[in-house]
Amino acid sequence: MEKILKMVAQRLALGLLTLFVVSLIIFLAVELLPGDLAEALLGQSATPETVAAIRRELKLDLPMHERYVSWLWGILQGDMGRSLANQREISELIGGRLANTLFLALFAAFVSVPLALTLGVLAALYRNSIYDRVVNAVTLSSISFPEFFVAYILVLLLAVVLGWFPAISNVSDDLGFWERIYRTALPALTLTLVVIAHMMRMTRAAIISLLASPYIEMANLKGLTRTHVIVHHALPNALAPIINVVVINLAYLIVGVIVVEVVFVYPGLGQLLVDSVSKRDIPVVQASCMIFAATYILLNLTADVLSIMTNPRLMHPR
Amino acid sequence: MEKLGKLKRMLASGTIDRREFMGRALAAGATVALASTLASGTLKAATPKKGGRLRVAITGGGSGDVLDPAQTLDSYMINVSFGQLRNNLTEIAPNGDLIGELAESWDASSDAATWTFKLRKGVEFHNGKTLDADDVVASINHHRGEDTKSAAKGIIAPIEDVKADGKDTVVFKLSGGSADFPYLISDYHLVICPAKDGGGMDWESGVGTGGYVLEKFDPGVRTSVNRNPNYWKEGRAHFDSIETLYIADVGARTSALKTDEIDVMSRVDLKTVNLLKRSSSIQVFKTTGNQHSTLPMDTRQAPYDNNHVRLALKYAIDREQWLKVILKGYGELGNDFPIGPANQFRATTDDIPQRAYDPDKAKHHLKQAGLDKLAVQLHVADTAFEGAVDAVTLYRETAKAAGIDLKIVREPNDGYWSNVWLKKPWCGSYWGGRPTEDWMFSQVYSEGADWNETFWSHERFNKLLVEARAELDQKKRRDLYVEMQRIVHDEGGAVIPLFMSYVHAARTRVQLPEQMASNWELDGHKQAERWWFA
Amino acid sequence: MAVTTLESALATQPSPWASRLAVAAVHFFVLVLFLESLRDNTWWAILGILLIHVYSVLMLRFWSNLERSTAGDTLIVTLTLEYVLIAVLFWDRFSAWPWSAFFGLFLVQACACLVVRFWRELSKAPPTAWFGLVVILLYVLVAATAPIIAPFTETEIVGAEYELWGGQFLLGTDNLGRDMLTRLVYGARNTIGIAFVATCLAFFIGAFGGFMAAALGGWVDMILGRVVDVLMAIPSLIFALLLLTILGTSIPVLIVIIAVLDSTRVFRLARAVGMNIVVMDFVEVARLRGEGLWWVIRREVLPNAMPPLVAEFGLRFCFVFLFLSALSFLGLGIQPPTADWGSMVRDNATLISFVVDDFQLGIMPLLPAAAIALLTVGVNFVVDWFLHKTSGLRDDH
Repeated sequence: MEKILKMVAQRLALGLLTLFVVSLIIFLAVELLPGDLAEALLGQSATPETVAAIRRELKLDLPMHERYVSWLWGILQGDMGRSLANQREISELIGGRLANTLFLALFAAFVSVPLALTLGVLAALYRNSIYDRVVNAVTLSSISFPEFFVAYILVLLLAVVLGWFPAISNVSDDLGFWERIYRTALPALTLTLVVIAHMMRMTRAAIISLLASPYIEMANLKGLTRTHVIVHHALPNALAPIINVVVINLAYLIVGVIVVEVVFVYPGLGQLLVDSVSKRDIPVVQASCMIFAATYILLNLTADVLSIMTNPRLMHPR
Repeated sequence: MEKLGKLKRMLASGTIDRREFMGRALAAGATVALASTLASGTLKAATPKKGGRLRVAITGGGSGDVLDPAQTLDSYMINVSFGQLRNNLTEIAPNGDLIGELAESWDASSDAATWTFKLRKGVEFHNGKTLDADDVVASINHHRGEDTKSAAKGIIAPIEDVKADGKDTVVFKLSGGSADFPYLISDYHLVICPAKDGGGMDWESGVGTGGYVLEKFDPGVRTSVNRNPNYWKEGRAHFDSIETLYIADVGARTSALKTDEIDVMSRVDLKTVNLLKRSSSIQVFKTTGNQHSTLPMDTRQAPYDNNHVRLALKYAIDREQWLKVILKGYGELGNDFPIGPANQFRATTDDIPQRAYDPDKAKHHLKQAGLDKLAVQLHVADTAFEGAVDAVTLYRETAKAAGIDLKIVREPNDGYWSNVWLKKPWCGSYWGGRPTEDWMFSQVYSEGADWNETFWSHERFNKLLVEARAELDQKKRRDLYVEMQRIVHDEGGAVIPLFMSYVHAARTRVQLPEQMASNWELDGHKQAERWWFA
Repeated sequence: MAVTTLESALATQPSPWASRLAVAAVHFFVLVLFLESLRDNTWWAILGILLIHVYSVLMLRFWSNLERSTAGDTLIVTLTLEYVLIAVLFWDRFSAWPWSAFFGLFLVQACACLVVRFWRELSKAPPTAWFGLVVILLYVLVAATAPIIAPFTETEIVGAEYELWGGQFLLGTDNLGRDMLTRLVYGARNTIGIAFVATCLAFFIGAFGGFMAAALGGWVDMILGRVVDVLMAIPSLIFALLLLTILGTSIPVLIVIIAVLDSTRVFRLARAVGMNIVVMDFVEVARLRGEGLWWVIRREVLPNAMPPLVAEFGLRFCFVFLFLSALSFLGLGIQPPTADWGSMVRDNATLISFVVDDFQLGIMPLLPAAAIALLTVGVNFVVDWFLHKTSGLRDDH
């Protein structure tokens, strides 16, 4: 246990380093993008003088490293700064949207993870049966449609034809919990369809790859039922890859939902990030990327800790 | 014109009847046709019902949007700032005429270099402050000066000085004569906001004199406004409240309209417009103004410095096909000059015959340029104009027949205007169009203009431009402008294939006036005050 | 590896008359084809003839390794003759695109050979696996011979937009009046090509890195892990957007970016699986034996990590289509007018909302989407069979 705590501390420290590197990469990449905020703000109506004026006022004419250092200094003091495009406090700008993103991700995770694991275990249990094939074909088809297309189809079926759910997720702060669930049902369902096949298939594959192990054979020879063997003997040992896949998909639910947000007009972080990239609004891009990166790092750490805890050989290496 | 505006308001408010309106309008110099359309438009607008919550979905903007009129660039904020919250000194009426808005009347000095605007009395801002000349001066000065970040800087460049003369009069001094100055002042950037005590103007609060009072502004998501109970305009602003949603994805806008989540959407997907029209609860309507797509070539660079190459490319495009396939008929053919149906002095096809797809002529011009074949790259993105990538794909096929190998380079939408436009030798672009010929030509076609996307300079053209600006005789002015259009048509550096309509869709309960403005989408962005619910 | 087996096989067994005859026929056919179509282009003709010889030699060696059964030979000869028959029937099309014709023939023969070679395994394969194999084979064949099969050329505008099905245009026309069937066929070529290359590259980078990290541990693990963490911590669509905007959207750039971004996912999986394997006794034994790192990875870790990796491959392969499609949603992706399924779905996606109003138009975006889905299902059915086989083989112990 002590070892794990030590590892967690170590990984958190490394996480900070990762964050730093990420911020550096993002900063450089945005800097390398052609055009800057001044030009992006003015678009087709830019004139050289107005562009110069904006650069002066927003200190974009300072050298790159100075701007990065001043941003870093601000972050270290807990100040994310202001959006260059509209001068709003970034914490205020991001707060509501982060909450929206997390809500949608949690909603989708609560539906998809248990469903995917159950389906995966069942598929391993009744492998090569009709059930296995059908579930496989259906989930595979669902992921082979691009997200926005799944979204359009769901909107068509559940909103336009049946009228069960609203076509756009027009959420605002003053909505009650159930109203919010109702309005985000379609994006959550879309995301569920997008991530479920991956998790399900990996669960199935991880379990099946263990079925030939001697200890499983032993369990079979003992005359245990298939269900018992799979759930009690195979599943615990298959947990490491399963957890990994679940975590990758959880991260995806938070980080990769840009397209779904756009299609359902859901005010989440992804849309803010895309907008800010196109405006070259570096502080906002940085802040959103930091949040995404931190989310990912924490989820990842969780996965690693869980993988170690589920494998006694890793817990107690000789 | 100002007199007509006043008459219209009198008619609308019932002070005079239709017959008296016609008589007085004719006396004021309007033609019978104009007077009767004015009358009918006004009368129809006089019957609207008040009430309801209008939900509009608009694209063009994002989470970086600001209430600052100096940074208003795209449809969403134009609609909110210019169409809902604030007013200008002058307004372009639905029929394209210039009428007074916050200015009651205006006068020019004989050289058209000094303009005096008389303000309407008793207009109040949303916060109760009464509008006076200082507010106007502060609002105009917001866009001027060395340090301005305003996108309107190019528009108001001719203003040398603006000052208040008493409470109700504002005097503009221009660097040269400009007969069209009152038109310039109707630009959506130049809305009037209250002056701040310490100088400058207050745009942060969203307070204006417009028909709606800001309730909540969430950039890139939605804006809620409520009707201004003491709006000064009679017979305008009929909705109780308006929710303006930012919906970038056209599929999402369409489904939202079909499921009655919104009442009005802008920029209908033309791929599916014919299917959308079948729905009995949805109306699709268009206005065709001066918005046009262009394919500007850098006329300083080879091979585009050769006018024969330019002509070959102009003949190698099938405009009819573009109109049919890309716009589904929602537009008009362009004729390689930027003056559109909503302009006063547009050359007719009798003046300048319509240029048609003619691969033989294209080949002929290539030969004249000393070329057998031509390989060129055309840089586009969908942000250049609607359907740009598809459109140039068609162009590529028709140009093949003329021996032109047109390679399409699709650029990212992101950063297109700073990275591709004005940078690559041939690209796609569009213009919302300007209400006056002078404005369009000066900004985009005159030598050295900031946005001269073809880097074109033509001596005769530049000379005519100045001449026409000062010319007051309408007949002569028309001749000058037609000649300029002919020059651009024959020697300009841009292929101007189409004038693109603004296509909207709305639930049928939304009532539309008989005549809608075509200068911008959504009834000149004034749907908030001109439309109503049945 | 392949060469040695081939050589030993060649030394021991003479090839049967049927395959010799077939090879001669093929040789003759392709030769005529080249001469016919390349009459006025000497260099191409020379290169072609050279290639035919190399090909024939290879085929001869390859065939000699087949199982000795008349059934197998008959299959190969029949398929070849069928192909030749089709080629003769549509001579003008085949002769117009000799390379495609040649490659198609190669594929048909290679597949026939493989079927005969692995008949023992294949005969035991479940119907789903057969289905998957047939789908993959068809797709690859279509991709290879796209210009021959497609009724029109890739970018040609052949009719009015949105023409109905049937008649001249089997699947109607798209929003610009291009033949839908043609676009789908060319889309197969472009999309599958890119996806395959990108996925292989991703797996090469990712699996190698992952096993290295697992096997070496310590600093290597730490550094590779951190690099991957950084890459994964940045939202991939945003990262791709940034990189593609900076570097441009040419196809090689697209492939490398997709491969690198995807390889991080493979790395994590490979490392996780590898970590569980390297603590196994047999790996320790190998290490104690003094085997090198490369040997351990190749002979101990890789075979044991194969099942989850292959399962992942099946999915990753299909994700590339989706990624291309998502990129085209942001206005990036493959340059028009090149056809690719992802962009085709995107371009016509809004039509699906009108499927109730106009069925034929409405399902148009479903065609490319279904093409992707069918391939995804097919590939993964084969993957499943493989998984079953690997686990089943160990069941035999």
